[in-house]
Amino acid sequence: MKILVCISHVPDTTSKINFTDNNTQFDTSGVQFVINPNDEFGLTRAMWFKEKQGATVDVVNVGGPETEPTLRKALAIGADSAIRVNTPATDGFQVAKQLVKVVTDGGYDLVIAGRESIDYNGGMVPGMLAALLKANFVNTCISLEVEGTEAKAIREIDGGKESVTTSLPLVIGGQKGLVEENDLRIPNMRGIMQARKKPMNVVEPEEVAVQTTVAKFEKPEPKGAVKLVDPDNLDELINLLHNEAKVI
Amino acid sequence: MSVLVYIESEEGKFKTASFEAASYAREIAQMLQTQVTAVTFSVEDPSELGNYGIDKVLKVNNDKLKNFNAEAYADVLQQAAAKEESKVVVVSQSANSKYLAPLLAVHLNAGYVSNVVALPESTSPFTVKRTAFTNKAFSFTTIETQVKLLGLSKNAFGLKENKADAAAEDFSPSLNDEDFSVQVTNVDKAKDKVTIADAEIVVSGGRGLKGPENWEMLEELADILGAATACSKPVSDMGWRPHGEHVGQTGKPVAANLYIAIGISGAIQHLAGINSSKVKVVINNDPEAPFFKAADYGVVGDAFEVVPKLNEKLKEFKAKNA
Repeated sequence: MKILVCISHVPDTTSKINFTDNNTQFDTSGVQFVINPNDEFGLTRAMWFKEKQGATVDVVNVGGPETEPTLRKALAIGADSAIRVNTPATDGFQVAKQLVKVVTDGGYDLVIAGRESIDYNGGMVPGMLAALLKANFVNTCISLEVEGTEAKAIREIDGGKESVTTSLPLVIGGQKGLVEENDLRIPNMRGIMQARKKPMNVVEPEEVAVQTTVAKFEKPEPKGAVKLVDPDNLDELINLLHNEAKVI
Repeated sequence: MSVLVYIESEEGKFKTASFEAASYAREIAQMLQTQVTAVTFSVEDPSELGNYGIDKVLKVNNDKLKNFNAEAYADVLQQAAAKEESKVVVVSQSANSKYLAPLLAVHLNAGYVSNVVALPESTSPFTVKRTAFTNKAFSFTTIETQVKLLGLSKNAFGLKENKADAAAEDFSPSLNDEDFSVQVTNVDKAKDKVTIADAEIVVSGGRGLKGPENWEMLEELADILGAATACSKPVSDMGWRPHGEHVGQTGKPVAANLYIAIGISGAIQHLAGINSSKVKVVINNDPEAPFFKAADYGVVGDAFEVVPKLNEKLKEFKAKNA
């Protein structure tokens, strides 16, 4: 089985979010970048396929040279080779279009992406990629088993879960549950050394028609101070929620 | 030319998020001086949609479409959009809508913006406000394509009553085998429990509750308020509560009217995930907990004393206001 794991290069979850250039660009100064958490669960699941069933696992990112350390980390975790499509990611459709060529050229059977990136939260790339490839698609996937060309998956739905059967070629929008938090792997020294020698293939982008553009960013209004209620006067809390906030 | 809206229902009952999507579609239609067409699946009588400004309903009743199937539903919506010559299509941001929307976007060759929180700032260019960076910011995104697909965040717009005809008409789209290449084999869903996605009120517990055995008082609070229960990331990582209850940046987003956090300190990742909730209450014994900076109302106190007392007071309040 040939597996491609899509790796989004995102600000660490603790990052402060600021903008520059008249609020049109994300301010990357002082920001630590990581593998998108939803993708990291998928990468670890892919490593299990490799170790238990035999598979090659490649990772891909659409972005500039600054994303290579994030791809190297994925190689240190155990991926075989990395592909970087050399263009800034502008929207979900553009990224999906770039990935179509990577998947087709590489002949991948299974593509594992995160259900969304934690920066733009579009939740578009896996589904759009599947539709463009005419591959099957399972979103919010929390369990995946593949035997031959048959796949069994569980997806999270609102208030529960749903089991599905489908077949390869398949695209997954994955999340926690594919593996658990404590299954995630921290690269060890040997992995990091090996990662330096693994291929980092840079490919040039396709021309893609623009679908959406960001006009500007805005930060939420600062919040007013919290109203504290005495723990011995909870009637006051109920009164505030009923009469002031009108939520109960 | 009409604005198309995908209406979700369960056992013939419409989802509140779909009434919200309908209300939103109505106002976009007014901006564009056109009408609103809804698409329903397995609904006998869609007249209730007339309360939220729906002019016309395309009723799909086909045994093959009884259960949600993203590919098949996207195919149906594409055919409905073609029939109505829709230039704007609106969906909610339920798990099912988020599943089908990117497929539909490709089929319609539509620019898709998810997590939309307001009416378009302008329709030419077509620019909408959406959340980004998990609610730490907003992005004003312009859609350049002729057809536009919008995913409306829950509780961002509200319900707007608006009488219209909701004139129903049967719609029989053509389906092909490829629509069903992902087959549902089993659905595991608690029947009588409020889900985080549907809930108006969410009651959430953190590590401060010390162990899974202490969730009873929290469940009682949720019961009294008709709320869903949720938890912080460490709580789900330790297996105290199921994953489906984990809310925050890598868990589920919460956009409730009221979010009550008990024994949750308020890590930045947690706050990001629940930030779209309208009113936030924190109960925590540590006055320095970051959650107090994000909350509207706070109680500094021991959850094990405060919550049982609050439950008693709320029962009295509910009895009086029933």
